[in-house]
Amino acid sequence: MTLSKIWVYVEANGDKVTTASLEVLTKARDLASTVEALYAGNATEAVAAQVGEYGATTLHAIDPQSALPGQVAAAAIAELAGSQNPDAILFVQSYDGRDALGRLSAKLDRPVLTNGFTLSVDNGALTFGTAIFGGTTLVDCMLSSDAPHLIAIRPKSFAAESASGAPATVNNIGAIDAGRAAEAKVLEVFEEEQTGPKLEEAQVVVSGGRGIGAQENYKPLVEELARTLKGAFGASRAIVDAGWVPYALQVGQTGKTVKPKLYIALGISGATQHLVGMKNSDNILAINKDGEAPIFGIADLGIVGDVHKVVPTLKELIAARD
Amino acid sequence: MNVVVCVKQIPDPSVPGQLEADHTLDRSAKPILDESDSFGVEMALQLVDAAGGGEVTLISLAPNGEVSGLRTALAMGAAKAVLASDDAFAGTDALGTAKVLAKCIERVGDADLVLAATESSDGYTGTVPVQVAELLGWPALTFAKKVDIADGVVTIQRQTEAGYDVVQSSLPAVVSVTAGVVEPRYPSFKGIMAAKSKPVDNVTAADLGLDGQVGWAGARQSIVKVEQAPARLAGEKFEDDGTAAEKIVAFLEDLKVI
Ligand SMILES: Cc1cc2nc3c(=O)[nH]c(=O)nc-3n(C[C@H](O)[C@H](O)[C@H](O)COP(=O)(O)OP(=O)(O)OC[C@H]3O[C@@H](n4cnc5c(N)ncnc54)[C@H](O)[C@@H]3O)c2cc1C
Ligand SMILES: Nc1ncnc2c1ncn2[C@@H]1O[C@H](COP(=O)(O)O)[C@@H](O)[C@H]1O
Repeated sequence: MTLSKIWVYVEANGDKVTTASLEVLTKARDLASTVEALYAGNATEAVAAQVGEYGATTLHAIDPQSALPGQVAAAAIAELAGSQNPDAILFVQSYDGRDALGRLSAKLDRPVLTNGFTLSVDNGALTFGTAIFGGTTLVDCMLSSDAPHLIAIRPKSFAAESASGAPATVNNIGAIDAGRAAEAKVLEVFEEEQTGPKLEEAQVVVSGGRGIGAQENYKPLVEELARTLKGAFGASRAIVDAGWVPYALQVGQTGKTVKPKLYIALGISGATQHLVGMKNSDNILAINKDGEAPIFGIADLGIVGDVHKVVPTLKELIAARD
Repeated sequence: MNVVVCVKQIPDPSVPGQLEADHTLDRSAKPILDESDSFGVEMALQLVDAAGGGEVTLISLAPNGEVSGLRTALAMGAAKAVLASDDAFAGTDALGTAKVLAKCIERVGDADLVLAATESSDGYTGTVPVQVAELLGWPALTFAKKVDIADGVVTIQRQTEAGYDVVQSSLPAVVSVTAGVVEPRYPSFKGIMAAKSKPVDNVTAADLGLDGQVGWAGARQSIVKVEQAPARLAGEKFEDDGTAAEKIVAFLEDLKVI
């Protein structure tokens, strides 16, 4: 038995719906007979086509104007939920997703379940699965609050699969009064230029940690090896906090979740918060000079060695092959 | 300017976590100040300094009247603290926590700004700051990697996937700060001594008017299953003897990556 109606709060970069949103839409199709999408932004038409393709029949479109989208969306969603009674509202565990979820839970007085990895319907009730203690312990939870149940899902928990659906019917929601929440205005947007494949989509990811020694080593060791392997480059939080590389490259609990065919960790110790973001990679190669580093506990090939020696030789050997 | 900082006191993350029979976290060891919140404390101290007046007040929800993490933040320079601790809070979830913190903020009374971390190190629900803002009816500026205050207006750089957004609102407001936003100071010996006599206002659920709304009943959720995740097995470990790069090339060829 499935639920009757699930809403998914979808996000888009420009006019492209994020992969994480499509993953959740795909899962929602398994769980409910009707899936509808919620969206706060100004690419409504493009978003309606994409969410329709992934199975949503209606797109409830909210105009955030210049406010933080998640925070004003909550006011509109709360009102809509009151009259349309969805069984559950699903969010991506992202910045805007968390903004919307947090506001909505307080407005509706509903608890939230976050960092979900699995979802199923058992005997007509939603079961939510998450992992704690750095992914070593799996926990299933159920809510006993009234509908709608509010749940956030981590990216890469499900595969995104098209349902070849027609564009969703757009329900434009008029002006909303979000109270003082609407006072937080986005004045300017700065985007750092990004080159090469995206971290979440690349088949190969090469990440560097504090063990690379200095900021100037990132390019020759990490970035260039990634380019040679036609992959993307990432980082541990240690070197993001140190300001060596931008946050966009961070892999882990508070960064990106990646699941490539091959993950290469250079000078990364393997703290649980890092492992959460990469341990489901198909294959893992780690180079670390400390034979006791926890990263070796999950590496398919672990090299106990110095990245400054091994990586340059490796680059030469690969170059010599072509 | 008066700043309230939410500080969570958590079990030492370097000690492996344990669940009790009732599926709550084992909290028998002395808790520490969540490192994530040390950034908020430092930011608050700097903002009050820059404003040339006012004070930093800490608020925390913790079991067993625990103050060890609060003392660390008081030693850094915060003036006082409100500690919500009561058996009635056992089992409180994220929304319940936000209700408690919002009541504590109202109790403090004169906050211009509330700071929190983007997520706690142990629970990492990541919704509490926004829930607090909604309960207070305030704006929330989330994921700040830079915070400036001038003339009753707060301006932040909000971390995004691709860079950052400049976000601004009037005060009072809630701001959640990312790790690394400032460099937290180490408490001085003088600070540690002074912290021992700084006031900590102990409050219960009844004091906050939250009887029956928080704790297990308020959480409205139950854990139905707990199991070990299938372990990912370690493969081969190879000590580099000068041939590691060749070994890797063979591995990459096997995977058809090259
Ligand atoms: C709430 C919270 C969230 C967090 N979220 C994340 C997250 O999303 N992502 C994340 O990565 N971390 C996260 N962390 C931080 C995490 O706990 C670790 O501090 C961090 O991952 C460590 O980064 P590192 O491995 O680069 O550095 P370190 O732990 O310092 O490890 C450096 C490694 O390099 C090795 N090394 C040194 N020199 C060499 C050399 N010449 N050759 C080879 N190896 C060498 C050392 O042996 C060591 O193992 C989080 C922490 C908290 C509290
Ligand atoms: N029990 C608590 N006491 C004080 N502050 C808290 C508590 N729980 C959460 N917070 C604040 O809210 C932030 C986010 O927490 P969370 O939503 O649990 O990830 C934390 O980093 C703290 O700043």
